[in-house]
Amino acid sequence: MTLPSTVLQVSGVSKRFGGLQALNEVSLSIQTGQIYGLIGPNGAGKTTFFNVITGLYPADCGQFQLMERSYEPRHIHKVVQAGIARTFQNIRLFKNMSVLENVMVGEHIKTHVGVWGALFNTKAFQAEESLIVNKAKAYLAYVGLESLGAELASSLSYGDQRRLEIARALATEPRLLALDEPAAGMNATEKLQLQALIQKIRDGGQSVLLIEHDVRMVMGLCDRVSVLDEGHLICEGVPQDVQKDPRVIEAYLGHGEASA
Amino acid sequence: MKILKPHASTVLLAVALLVLPLLLQPLGNAWVRIVDVALIYVLLALGLNIVVGFAGLLDLGYVAFFAIGAYLYALLASPQLLESWAWLQVHFPQGLHTPWWVVLPLSAVLAGIFGVLLGAPTLKLRGDYLAIVTLGFGEIIRVFMNNLDQPFNITNGPKGIGGIDPIQMAGHPLSKKISWMGFEFNSVTLYYYLFLATVLLAVLICYRLQNSRTGRAWMAIREDEVAAQAMGLNTRNLKLLAFALGATFGGVAGSFFAAFQRFISPESFGLMESVMVVAMVVLGGAGHIPGVILGALLLSIVPEALRYVATPLQDLSGGRIDASILRQLLIALTMVLAMLCRPQGLWPKDQMGEPR
Repeated sequence: MTLPSTVLQVSGVSKRFGGLQALNEVSLSIQTGQIYGLIGPNGAGKTTFFNVITGLYPADCGQFQLMERSYEPRHIHKVVQAGIARTFQNIRLFKNMSVLENVMVGEHIKTHVGVWGALFNTKAFQAEESLIVNKAKAYLAYVGLESLGAELASSLSYGDQRRLEIARALATEPRLLALDEPAAGMNATEKLQLQALIQKIRDGGQSVLLIEHDVRMVMGLCDRVSVLDEGHLICEGVPQDVQKDPRVIEAYLGHGEASA
Repeated sequence: MKILKPHASTVLLAVALLVLPLLLQPLGNAWVRIVDVALIYVLLALGLNIVVGFAGLLDLGYVAFFAIGAYLYALLASPQLLESWAWLQVHFPQGLHTPWWVVLPLSAVLAGIFGVLLGAPTLKLRGDYLAIVTLGFGEIIRVFMNNLDQPFNITNGPKGIGGIDPIQMAGHPLSKKISWMGFEFNSVTLYYYLFLATVLLAVLICYRLQNSRTGRAWMAIREDEVAAQAMGLNTRNLKLLAFALGATFGGVAGSFFAAFQRFISPESFGLMESVMVVAMVVLGGAGHIPGVILGALLLSIVPEALRYVATPLQDLSGGRIDASILRQLLIALTMVLAMLCRPQGLWPKDQMGEPR
């Protein structure tokens, strides 16, 4: 399966919380330029998987490769530096900073001038600062928030906060953009806008990992889908096949979402 | 017009700051002295603001860095070391008089190193736990200063160190007044100008830090540490940097304090001082530089001014209430009121897009 175009490959990932086996030998690989969906009923281990590959929780075992180079998801910031940027299920913006500043923080790891440059206001510092501002404005325009740059992040509407979180993640220039339930709590219009944004990001050549509850959205958006159930990966394939898979239907039965 | 306006007010402020001590001098040196001490507090508050206001790390032991700076200056520019170690006198027949331009950078660096040392074990702690551990560190430093008179006498223990050199500039010790163009400049006035210049430099440094990539990273940590890590920030190094840079301000302020007072003892570096500086930062508006300056000025000048109110009030009560207790009561009352009416501080940062 190891094609040169694999952006993320994980194999044999397990994670146990006390007596609960949250992830059991999960393996999957994501191709460059794909929207890869990870679905599953409540408590299936989706978010745990997400937190493990991004370094929030240490994995008990497993191999991790990003762009065919192995990485150790031990520290979140190192995973981001390696090239996986994430958003959070419950939005985590820098609330008391402006919208523009939020994105500017995202550019931190791609810029270099330190304290001395700032203290002496060097040419390099000034050049980098204006570069940071311009890029941040470009990212805001990309997600459609260009007019709100000066607002406080906390003053944005829910849908706009999601967009800002995505813009902030994109500013780290990731290889893989990982979105944790981005449509949660959104109304129908906001969902459509979000869907369009994610497609736009993919069409720009960016790989996306999407964890989602909204099965309809996943089926309409993703190039490939995996289904997690009780920590096991039970099915993997294109959305049409996954939808028909009896194991998937069984896993969802009783949760009321199988009808989707 | 729009360009002229701020310029005019800046010039006005500059002139006011320059003539302030000359106007206060006739009222007595005590008033200029109060302003001098206030400026030292401004320096401390600006430094602590880097840790508390920018990076959001509650540090209740900040006075430790103040003590380190003060003791470094005192030891390097007083007879203390030579008196306790006679063999040193051979090397310094004139006595130990290290000039301020050597001691100040040294104390900044030493305080910065201690900032990292004290910061390192607290990296995984947040909120209350962080506050308790830093509080302990502040006390440890004070206890050391209090007890390092044996087995070797380094700090002279609770008796403190006296005979500290004043700061000497262009061959003139700032402890002596000079006359220039018919004006008398008292010692306290000379120190005022030195402290003012330093505070202005500190303000510039703070603004440049705030508007830098590092400053934004600190604020991101303050707002949400996990999200900051998810932006790839190495929060450990950034926190240590905040501790170190904040501490340098404390070290410099401490050296100034030692040179200005010419006598220091561990009493000056108690927990109350740390609490006071935190109160200045929070009362003014943590993270907002002008607010922090306002907080420091208020909390250092108002208690002194209250001395003049407290005594008549004490007389009113027929001497039953102690003036100093009454003064503390009034300060506490003011602070409770301020926090009730303006929980964000007296002069918080502009909320750009007013949240509703």
